[in-house]
Amino acid sequence: MDFLTILADAFRAALGPEAAIYALAAIGLNMHFGYTGLLNFGQVGFMLVGAYGAAVAVATFGAPLWAGILIGVGLAVVLALLLGIPTLRLRADYLAITTIAAGEILRYVYRSAFAEPVTGGVYGLTRFGDPLYALNPIPDGQYGVGELAYSSRSLWIMVIAWSLVALACVLVFLIIRSPWGRVIRSIREDEDAARSLGKNVFGYKLQSLVLGGVLGAVGGMLLAFNTQAVQPDAYNPVVTFYLYTLLILGGAGRVLGPVIGSVIFWFVLVFVDSFLRQAIGAGLIPDSIISATEVGAVRFALVGAGLMLLMIYRPQGILGSRREMMLGAR
Amino acid sequence: MPAEQLPPVSRLAQVARLPGAAKPDPILVAENVTRSFGGLDAVRVARLEIQRGAITALIGPNGAGKTTLFNLLTGFDRADSGRWWLAGRQLAGLPAYRIARAGLVRTFQLTKSLTLLTVLENLKLAGPQQAGERFLTSLARPLWRAQELDIERRADELLTAFRLDRMRDEYAGTLSGGQRKLLELARALMAAPAMIMLDEPMAGINPALTQTLLGHITQLRDQGMTILFVEHDMDVVMGVSDWVICMAEGQVIAEGPPASIGSDRAVIDAYLGAHHGRRAGGGRDA
Amino acid sequence: MALTLVICVLLAPITSAFAQSQAVHGTLRAPDGKPVAGVTITATRGNSEVGRDTTARDGTWSIPVPEAGRYTVSLDVRDLPGKLSPAREGGQTLRDIPVPADASRAVIFQLTTGTPAPATGPGGQGGGGGPPENTVLRWLDELPQLLVEGIKFGSIIAITAIGLSLIFGTTGLINFAHGEMVTLGATIAFLLNATVIGPQLQLIPATLVTIAFGALFGAMLELGLWKPLRRRGIGRIQLFIVSIGLSLLIRHVILVLFGSRPQPYGDYAIQTEWHWGPVSIAPRDFVITVASLLVLAGVGLMLRQTRAGKAIRAVSDNRDLAESSGINVDRVIRNVWLLAGGLAALGGVFFGLAQAVSWDMGFRLLLLMFAAVILGGLGTAYGVIAGSLVVGIVAQVSTIWFPVELQNAWALIVLILVLLIRPQGIFGQRERVG
Repeated sequence: MDFLTILADAFRAALGPEAAIYALAAIGLNMHFGYTGLLNFGQVGFMLVGAYGAAVAVATFGAPLWAGILIGVGLAVVLALLLGIPTLRLRADYLAITTIAAGEILRYVYRSAFAEPVTGGVYGLTRFGDPLYALNPIPDGQYGVGELAYSSRSLWIMVIAWSLVALACVLVFLIIRSPWGRVIRSIREDEDAARSLGKNVFGYKLQSLVLGGVLGAVGGMLLAFNTQAVQPDAYNPVVTFYLYTLLILGGAGRVLGPVIGSVIFWFVLVFVDSFLRQAIGAGLIPDSIISATEVGAVRFALVGAGLMLLMIYRPQGILGSRREMMLGAR
Repeated sequence: MPAEQLPPVSRLAQVARLPGAAKPDPILVAENVTRSFGGLDAVRVARLEIQRGAITALIGPNGAGKTTLFNLLTGFDRADSGRWWLAGRQLAGLPAYRIARAGLVRTFQLTKSLTLLTVLENLKLAGPQQAGERFLTSLARPLWRAQELDIERRADELLTAFRLDRMRDEYAGTLSGGQRKLLELARALMAAPAMIMLDEPMAGINPALTQTLLGHITQLRDQGMTILFVEHDMDVVMGVSDWVICMAEGQVIAEGPPASIGSDRAVIDAYLGAHHGRRAGGGRDA
Repeated sequence: MALTLVICVLLAPITSAFAQSQAVHGTLRAPDGKPVAGVTITATRGNSEVGRDTTARDGTWSIPVPEAGRYTVSLDVRDLPGKLSPAREGGQTLRDIPVPADASRAVIFQLTTGTPAPATGPGGQGGGGGPPENTVLRWLDELPQLLVEGIKFGSIIAITAIGLSLIFGTTGLINFAHGEMVTLGATIAFLLNATVIGPQLQLIPATLVTIAFGALFGAMLELGLWKPLRRRGIGRIQLFIVSIGLSLLIRHVILVLFGSRPQPYGDYAIQTEWHWGPVSIAPRDFVITVASLLVLAGVGLMLRQTRAGKAIRAVSDNRDLAESSGINVDRVIRNVWLLAGGLAALGGVFFGLAQAVSWDMGFRLLLLMFAAVILGGLGTAYGVIAGSLVVGIVAQVSTIWFPVELQNAWALIVLILVLLIRPQGIFGQRERVG
């Protein structure tokens, strides 16, 4: 057992590209769920169209990188409108189920054989991020202290992703404190009240869905660039549940909630993963109980247990206040 | 009654005591408004006029269709047929938010205080035509700062008038039931309506606060506001209203000044023969 | 002779972001789902072989590859037993399969017992099959068969979804873990029926035990989790999210214990189909359909006729009114969970029998259950049955015109379309603001 390695793994993940990307997608979800009260369970669908929008444009059609990014963002806007116009008038729980269904429909379509010439089918697409890496100003090599080090490629994605996270946080901070944000929050509290005061609730929900969806799409795009691969099955509903878990962990309806949530989420996730692998490797956990290939599943199970416990014992998360949670109990 | 000395109200004395009677200066006129739920006529109002600058009470037994009529007129439910006008402007078919912007603002039977907004934010939200409520403008504070300060000033005035100023920066969720009713009324006024519709504004609050609310309502009328309210307590109805409309089984069955409505045959029949168990909802939101 | 395609359940590989190597892997199966052992599979890159494996007794094979890139994977047709052959001409060689870094790529060879179809582009992906060529009259031939399969699928959805709907009706909980109650039923029956560590019960007694277990599990969840949470006054949306956590937890515990490979039950796996005119059906599937419909009729009768059933409907209609008229609401809700748990378990066994038992079968069914419940109108028991049949039939019949792999997508699209037109569902009623 090498605790230094475990800690280094955990810290590397907590600060690494994935944490930033999940934070970004969760900031979008925070816009939906935390501020507007929209139960969007299809955030992964936005990530998917963002990732594929860029990947297909670059890898299949040979478009330049900037065009791919614009297409990814544009598709997220289209998805938000397509999804929002029929469903935003529905009650909250219907919205949850239709959004998750829409995410699944997208995944089925992108992985299907007839879409394969464009999307690469179940295998997806690879190596479309070269133009982004060509822009990397960081010289080759490893950066960091001891085992806690990143390659220049990872560092480049980290710089981009964390910058976008900071930008998104500033945006959310500004907009939520404006009259626009006041309307958005009033919709979360009681949309009929907002309506009775002359607010176009549907229009605001749609704006919120677009804004959060675009953030999700940018997250998905970065996820694709980070691994230089998109695969439809990586965009399954569980990703959305991850996002909810870390959002609630950090504190929904708080500007920094998704960021802190993501950092802690990845730290714990990778800590457990690395710990289990080391323990199995050292023979501390017999193979008959958990084998190395099952660590992934154990990790998912722990996320589930964690989500339950959080929701029961600390639904306000790390940044939220218990008092507000009690007031807001619906 | 001192109210009868006021012009718009005193002119009600000449009005016929018939359902759907024409008023001298109606602000709201509705024609053939109907709504049925599963074959049952919840609302079937042939004609309804509301006098400008008066307090009109809407009474009737449970299930008479009062709240449904409120929902229809304010766009919270879709009428099967009918048209209605506020100050000459046709409102039928408009979504709720447009009807509110047109000047017809309502409150709800179960208060809808926006729990996790402060009391001040609750009021500021209602300010009409805010530039900062547009997405792009909202990002540039200088574009809406002056208006925001103006709205805040008005909100503070209302809070003082409603004696909610001490709670200004508290979450609305911390208010008592009665305070929430006050907040909801103040918030409706903040939207600068031409007419307000209050759905059981006195329900579930203590007698002292009832008096305060009644005081506010008469004061508003005296300032020229038109008020339509649903109420069950006949003492309250007799105490403040200038005109009373009675509904039963979806229809307007009687109208008249408060002094005479209690002796109206149709009203007595409606209350005595009412199906008391049949509430058309209202309790489901809890 | 119709081309029989392998219905492959392509499991999303649990690719850990921190795995150390890459590989191609798969499970070779005959069209009836039986694993095919002893077939040599090779992976090549350019002209050089990078590895080979022979399929194991359970049909599995795995070849590690040195680095990310595109590989050609081929199967030695000489090793194929009996009349088996690749489903498409040239389908024994799958080219240009991209393998990303640090991931194992699933590769599926489609086999048939009939004549191979002419080669059409790159074959070998999950599900496969474009629209048939002579579409003019062909769909009329297929329709009766697909209707029968749709009814079978729909009635399996219905017995699982009715519990979901009753739970929602009585408690307001959207139970996201309902799919796992289905999976749990299927896997418990598998444990009792087809594992060496189990008692190897025949499937019918195993199913009866499983139903009892499922009912107890449901009641246990209610008494141990949901009732205390309701007592604490936790909101509906929070409870929904708790059920998502529960779903993740149970599903992945099952994955650890059961493994990621779909497996058939020990009984009724191989059957000769009955042919009735244009329709052919395996006796197993016929029994599943009839039994499901009988169970549904029984549940409907129970809700309508018995005291317990009437109490359930009363609580669904208006909980407060039911409580004030002397109904023990807690007991009614516990009964609902007993019923829902038992039905979910039974549905799991049927679903496992009709396809195969797998760790995520319930989760795959969950969205279709939701679709059925919403189509029927949330909380209405009879609507759910109709909604389920619609979902099942749409999913099957869509395969006439559209690829098989999109059949579930079509069921979900119907859900969204219905919500567009009737947001309250087919049988639901509008709510009132007030």
